[in-house]
Amino acid sequence: MDRNSNQPRAVDSPDPKERSKGKDRRRSGSATFQIFLIPVLAIFTGLVFGAIVIVATDASVIAAYHNFFRAPGAALLDTWKVIALAYGSLFDGIFGDPATIAHAIQVYRATGSTKDLLTAFYPFSDSLAAVTPYILAGLAVALGFKCGLFNIGAEGQFGIGALCSAFVGYSIKGLPWFIHLPLALAAGALGGAIWGAIPGYLKATTGAHEVVNTIMMNYISFNLGDWLLNGPMKAPGYRPLTPVVQDSAMLPRFFPPPLRFNWGFILALLMAVLVWWFLFKTTLGMEIRAVGANPEGARYAGMNIVKNFILAMTLSGALAGLAGATQVLGIDHWVGQNFSAGYGFDSIAIALLGQSHPFGVVLAAVLWGFLRSGATNMQSMAGVPLDVISIIQGLVVIFVAAPAVIRWIYHIRLARMETMVLTRGWGR
Amino acid sequence: MAPVLELRGITKSFPGVLANDGIDLTVEKGEILALLGENGAGKTTLMNILYGLYKPDAGQILIQGKEASIHSPNDAIAQGIGMVHQHFMLIPVMTATENVMLGVEPTRRGVFLDKGKVAKRIRQISEQYDLAVDPEAYIGDLPVGSQQRVEIIKVLYREADILILDEPTAVLTPQEVEGLFKVLRSLVANGKSVIFITHKLKEVMAIADHITVLRGGRVVGTVTPGEATPEKLATMMVGREVNLVVKKEVAHPKEVVLEVSNLSVQDEHGHLTVGGASFEVRAGEVLGVAGVQGNGQTELVYALTGLLPLVGGEIRIVDRPVHHTTPRHILERGVAHIPEDRQRHGLILSFPVHDNLVLCTYYQRPFARGVSLQQKVIVENAEKLVKQFDVRTPNVFVPVSTLSGGNQQKVIVAREFSRPIKLLIASQPTRGLDVGSIEYIHSRIIEKRDEGTAVLLVSPELDEIIALSDRIAVMYKGQIVEIVASGTVTKEYIGLLMAGVKPSEALKVSPAPTKETEVERVF
Amino acid sequence: MATNLVPEKERKPYSRNRLVIGLVLVATGLLILLLFGLHLKAGDLATYQLTPRGDQNVIPIPALTLPVQPSIYVLALIAVFLGGWQLARGIRSSGLLVGMVAFCFVAAFLTWATIGQTLDMVGMLNTSVVRATPIALAAMCGVISERSAVINIGLEGIMLTAAMTAVVSATLTHNLYIGLLVAILTGAIVGAIHAVLVIRFKVDQIVSGTAVNIIGTGATNFLAARFLETNVEQFNNSGTFPNITIPLLAKIPILGPVLFENNLIFYLTVILVAVLYVVLFYTPWGLRTRAVGEHPKAADTLGINVYLMRYVNVILGGVLAGIGGAYFTIGSIGRFDREMTNGKGFIGLAAMIFGKWNPIGAYGASLIFGFADSLQVKMQILGIPIPSEFLGMAPYLVTMIVLAGVVGRARPPAADGQAYEKQ
Repeated sequence: MDRNSNQPRAVDSPDPKERSKGKDRRRSGSATFQIFLIPVLAIFTGLVFGAIVIVATDASVIAAYHNFFRAPGAALLDTWKVIALAYGSLFDGIFGDPATIAHAIQVYRATGSTKDLLTAFYPFSDSLAAVTPYILAGLAVALGFKCGLFNIGAEGQFGIGALCSAFVGYSIKGLPWFIHLPLALAAGALGGAIWGAIPGYLKATTGAHEVVNTIMMNYISFNLGDWLLNGPMKAPGYRPLTPVVQDSAMLPRFFPPPLRFNWGFILALLMAVLVWWFLFKTTLGMEIRAVGANPEGARYAGMNIVKNFILAMTLSGALAGLAGATQVLGIDHWVGQNFSAGYGFDSIAIALLGQSHPFGVVLAAVLWGFLRSGATNMQSMAGVPLDVISIIQGLVVIFVAAPAVIRWIYHIRLARMETMVLTRGWGR
Repeated sequence: MAPVLELRGITKSFPGVLANDGIDLTVEKGEILALLGENGAGKTTLMNILYGLYKPDAGQILIQGKEASIHSPNDAIAQGIGMVHQHFMLIPVMTATENVMLGVEPTRRGVFLDKGKVAKRIRQISEQYDLAVDPEAYIGDLPVGSQQRVEIIKVLYREADILILDEPTAVLTPQEVEGLFKVLRSLVANGKSVIFITHKLKEVMAIADHITVLRGGRVVGTVTPGEATPEKLATMMVGREVNLVVKKEVAHPKEVVLEVSNLSVQDEHGHLTVGGASFEVRAGEVLGVAGVQGNGQTELVYALTGLLPLVGGEIRIVDRPVHHTTPRHILERGVAHIPEDRQRHGLILSFPVHDNLVLCTYYQRPFARGVSLQQKVIVENAEKLVKQFDVRTPNVFVPVSTLSGGNQQKVIVAREFSRPIKLLIASQPTRGLDVGSIEYIHSRIIEKRDEGTAVLLVSPELDEIIALSDRIAVMYKGQIVEIVASGTVTKEYIGLLMAGVKPSEALKVSPAPTKETEVERVF
Repeated sequence: MATNLVPEKERKPYSRNRLVIGLVLVATGLLILLLFGLHLKAGDLATYQLTPRGDQNVIPIPALTLPVQPSIYVLALIAVFLGGWQLARGIRSSGLLVGMVAFCFVAAFLTWATIGQTLDMVGMLNTSVVRATPIALAAMCGVISERSAVINIGLEGIMLTAAMTAVVSATLTHNLYIGLLVAILTGAIVGAIHAVLVIRFKVDQIVSGTAVNIIGTGATNFLAARFLETNVEQFNNSGTFPNITIPLLAKIPILGPVLFENNLIFYLTVILVAVLYVVLFYTPWGLRTRAVGEHPKAADTLGINVYLMRYVNVILGGVLAGIGGAYFTIGSIGRFDREMTNGKGFIGLAAMIFGKWNPIGAYGASLIFGFADSLQVKMQILGIPIPSEFLGMAPYLVTMIVLAGVVGRARPPAADGQAYEKQ
């Protein structure tokens, strides 16, 4: 590339043509604003698209539109009803039905009975509980991104972590909880770490792209999981699932049953802080970020690329494994088939939405956990298949990765921001 | 007769930069016009406009007196304009024929490539203009001089009448430069016109019919070689009196700092890129490595800094072997490295200035305690260095990518010089920089030398090597041909060695200087 | 430039590489002995059936019956010998030796698995070749796209979407050819979306490909749940392309039934591989594509429209992937199942890398993957004591091993993955 002329480089730098000091000072203000604006617009646009998809495939709406010219009002009303029902049940799935909650509060004030209260708050509690694994899995992918690595294997690492922690959870008996629980969590992290280290090692030593390898590891983990659940780890009975973990390995819950919100949430938040500290306040973190930003430059400065690739993928895998562990030990207490389904792609969207920053990831994970949690209700109440969330997800990924698309849709002027570059081709 | 090419009032700006400001330029048929200016003066932008790669904001292009509208390289080619770029636009994995025919491929039966036809035409052009090239050779296997010939043939194949050459001598030995001049004179004799972009004063005096000087995007003046002297041209280029010679005292070298014995490096195919190099550098002296780019200098530097493994030989720094250690270990031994590609290898562009200034030392006290980074110390250090080295930046928190090339290089220099170092390895330290920055870097290097640091300077610019070095090692095809001390040989002699001539032969052509020999010709 | 090399971190000197490969080969030979050569009885026999039962077209040849014990010993011996050769002398193309030893291993494995039974060899080869088809098409999509320097990993998304539209349109119109055309159109459209995102909006190519995968998987799952699974007769029952027997060629023993009795999509694939090869290396279009992929700036200065070339190539790639998608439904089982591509798109990428971005090489690699795939199915039928899930892992493990071994030495187009900025 011609370094002397005014030609921008694709990697690691904004356009040198725009290198004017005054512009930078202005840019830093609006850039901060845009860090929030773009994800918000991305989600909003995604939801709008989702609504269009829902409506366009709804049988009753299609029928109504056949009669459009005779009864336009009815068609539009039907459209609105479908959207309202879909997103309304989504809302209810997230926060709980406001009417039910209000009623339950009344009952509590009157009689002191918490039963209705617990039932009413169940959706919200579950939404919060669902956030935990998303925070951890999102952190996993974000950490990978910071090192320039695309960890699509979060799903496999999640599953392996779940299996490992479940195993420690149900097979060891008689340990006090303050030993058993950390042990089970650590087992999950370890399993995920190994699952992530393998593609990391391959990338560091042979240059094989982690995208393909982590996906292969995913498929291998599905097969392995199937075998374990039908064989060595199967609980007595017909269904392919593990035995229930011991009480001493369960993450304590905040409230009485049926509410499942548990201490895993606090653990996840702590991990977010830990990851933040690690990335920005330690030498190891600085190395990882340097390697992600410019591996050649990092190498010249004396940093060890191989070590950092492996470290990043291992830590990333550990976080994803921990996510699986918290799901097992906190919510389900056993592992069944397809346990990790969806977490892989979700965590990618969360990491992108959170701009790969630990605190952004937490916010994005809250959003995502809520959406996923509510979607189950949307499926049962409004008959909208869960997969619409995947569509929204994919769109959000695109919008966040290409702010220019949002600009094009909304005709807003965006300052040039750095876009993430993960693609370095297939070799080194 | 109308001039073959005329540019009127060409203006082009990029965000924040006015690259060309109302430029008027005239080229007569059959002449060589030199476009002279320092890095960043706007020469390449102007030529890119002429070649259709950029669109001007204002101005006209007239060819043979008629206005021409050029919106793309295709238009330029159609108008008879051809360009040989500074960094060759050749595809290494394809043959010369394929590169030449790209974009204008003749076909058999309308579908299949007709390479035979093109090869034949290439041979014709080769003969006519004395540009020997093997059409079937892969570009990646050709030496740089041959690659340049392929570029010229590419242009002639498309029947260009006006040839633009952008810094063509940057990669040539002095002898190859002579060869190129011969080709240019032959072109001109055949009725072609040539625009020759350069920042090298001595060359324009030798080859040009007219010299137009650009500075800051404007034309400063047009002179003939007869009217101009190098000093006058330099002043026109920079706008002030320029010291063409670096002031330096005689060196007083002390103990050996770097000792290289029989160093060999291999590439991925098993070919030796450096074959048995041996030399030493003492504290307080500058050893310059001269040679045309691509003769193993890059690999030598990589081996010395631990980035490439050796297949033979030893490296010792202050008598401790370092040939099987990591780059970090070598840095810790007191070695500083200014890399030849400052953006890719010297900096992390997206990181703030303060982080780049501790890129080699962040893990040591006081910048870190254990694994914990001491942010305050890092920032204080950065502010101190920015002031000391006069780095122009609004503050130390901005990404280093926002700095200009010269200031980025200063950041690298500041970082390297702020550690206790015994050996400085500088690879093309002034590439692409403006004259002011070049002067600055040169004086800091000499300053380090005088403080007792051993300096290894690698540069394809022979003038830079000659200006700064106390001894010169010439590299050719991965071997050190000879090491000479200052005052003992002529510049011509060094050029011959760079081209592969054996020392005994070269001595016959250019004998050792006596007191009567022109001072200019002596290193 | 001749010596402008980027330093590589783990470059072992030539001789150490040779040593490692040699040792691995010898170890494989010993492994053959260990895994398959023990507990054999002298009378063990394995039978390979070389003529498909009931096939009238082919010239029949008798089945091949091998005595197991000596066969395995011989194969182990060959592997050890080749390994020793590599250690002692080493040849330039160590890949050839590796391939031969791999063949020995697989042959030994099959022989061992077939003790006392009959293995329908022709059937297995046919299944390999057929199952390689979608992998090959995905690989071709990758080749044509990456030759112009655009990485497209959204192959799963394209194939799933095309598979669905193919089967739905074929069911609605009762016409398989319409289904194929719709699949082609779908592939082109989705490819165009990726192209626009990556070329116009400069989205990172891997991120865009992943988004295509996410949306493709999600959308097809969604629509399958909404419409296809509830209205099977109406939307999801298309029938499949029948096998076409090529008259004279089908008579050839072994090759005949394997290659010349397949359906339209298979023949189309083979033709497309050949066409792509010729176009890429013998026509101006191919020359320009490769130039754009190696050095887009050079192509630009010669007046070639880099953006246009990339758009067209990515869209053509999408078309190929679309045909690949059609294979799954109208070329295979005649209905759409959720996520039925099951990773074949990524395996296609591995085939592309293994084949060094050359259409014919990629096709060869696809055949190997197809073989691994069919092996898995066959093994379940033969009832060998390895759990089916482990066999299911085989294609993916093979992919990883291949990538690890090959990618360092395979060179992609120089500008692969980089967005092109024009002033």
